Amino acid sequence: MEQILNYYFNLEVIARYLPDLLKGLLITVEMAVLIILLGVPLGLLLAVVRTYRIRPLNWLIVFLVDFFRAIPLLVIVVLTYFALPYAGIVMSSFTATVVALTLVLAAFAEEIFWAGITAIDKGQWEAARSTGLNRTQAIFVVILPQAIQIAIPPLTNRTIAITKGTSLGSVIAVQEILSVATSAQSLAANPSPLTMGAILYLILFFPFVRFTRWLERRYGSWRSV
Amino acid sequence: MKDAASKDVVGKATAGNDTASNATASNDTAGNDLVRIVSLRKSFGNQEILKGIDLAVKETEAVVIIGASGSGKSTLLRCINRLEEPTGGKIYLDDVEITRKGVNINKVRREIGMVFQSINLYPHMTAVGNVALALRRVLGMKRKEALERAEYYLDQVGLSDKRKQYPGQLSGGQQQRVGIARAVAMEPKVVLFDEPTSALDPELVGEVLGVMRQLKESGMTMIVVTHEMQFARDVADHVVFVHGGQILESGSPADLFGNPKEPRLKEFIRRVHT
Repeated sequence: MEQILNYYFNLEVIARYLPDLLKGLLITVEMAVLIILLGVPLGLLLAVVRTYRIRPLNWLIVFLVDFFRAIPLLVIVVLTYFALPYAGIVMSSFTATVVALTLVLAAFAEEIFWAGITAIDKGQWEAARSTGLNRTQAIFVVILPQAIQIAIPPLTNRTIAITKGTSLGSVIAVQEILSVATSAQSLAANPSPLTMGAILYLILFFPFVRFTRWLERRYGSWRSV
Repeated sequence: MKDAASKDVVGKATAGNDTASNATASNDTAGNDLVRIVSLRKSFGNQEILKGIDLAVKETEAVVIIGASGSGKSTLLRCINRLEEPTGGKIYLDDVEITRKGVNINKVRREIGMVFQSINLYPHMTAVGNVALALRRVLGMKRKEALERAEYYLDQVGLSDKRKQYPGQLSGGQQQRVGIARAVAMEPKVVLFDEPTSALDPELVGEVLGVMRQLKESGMTMIVVTHEMQFARDVADHVVFVHGGQILESGSPADLFGNPKEPRLKEFIRRVHT
């Protein structure tokens, strides 16, 4: 028992690397917040554009969305960092991770919002349009509030999954939690920093997961529909 | 709510029942027709649903369209505010052609209210929110002004105590009365009713028809698609029988129900057994 504790939960080792791990936590938080704040609205924007049914634009949106949904997260992160410089686009590893994950989240969010929009009864459009609202007003005032409500549960799930993908930044040396924990583990020849890293992920994502549950309950239904 | 009250008076002042035979007045310009439909055609793919409809509705008149399901009566109604785009023919509102290219259809729709079979209240808004939405967004009324007018019309349909309720908390009949208030609050020139009671439980039909009778008495011009034959008898100035995308017979309710000429109308009346 003592051996296990010593090995996986060595307080001395943890204390030594905790400042670095906390810096890593901060970076993870920064990336997660940026990805959500950029990815979800971008997905919503694409879904709204799609409702105008402008053929070539819709083909482009559907193609990009399918592209980013089809390729593994890790591949997109690596490509963004290592391949885009050949196209003259050079980014820090932090930016590359954020950009890659934002695009993936936007792609999934677009599909989820679009599913929500198409789930709204045609009669809602007709009622709105029959009173003289134009298409844009109908979308924003009548359709989206209902579509977003439908989208919340799948969207929160997807958002959690993709923001956890920030750990993939370790591959291109972003100094986030996993990256810091892995190098600390090698330096100390002891996996305790990894244990601590896992705990930090829990501390970060557990409240987030709870928050999404609250969100689903809060907006889960209009008064007794 | 001065404007709402004065509208009722204007409506009553011009009411008249002496136009019984003009319901299908076709190309001859009747001058004071509020709605005039000329050779209206509508196809879905290569299936022609409306095969040349002519219909004229005068101000304050109630025209009831009857016919079997699939006869094209709902499509006819939906062409009038262009929820369906006609494939041929013309529709005039107040002598302005609204089927012309380049017409601002959103402006036209302010003048044409619609009440749906499926009611289509916005589930995320309260009753008063449903009624006030277009007042604010389309007519550009101030919030307070819009809420006042919305509450006036909810009161008119007997639901002022339900104004803060969400549609999910209302009965079907109450929902449809909110639907009527939503259409009428825009103070349109004409209101279209697309089988407004067909989706309701039988015991809830009466309250909705009651509100529609009251609306007719206030002088509102109405075009109603319905299977409620008693309502047609009591309230309609004209009844129009649509079959196979054409108007086969039209006239006063007394003529149409008392002395139908078309065999298919006779058959229809027999089947709805009233």
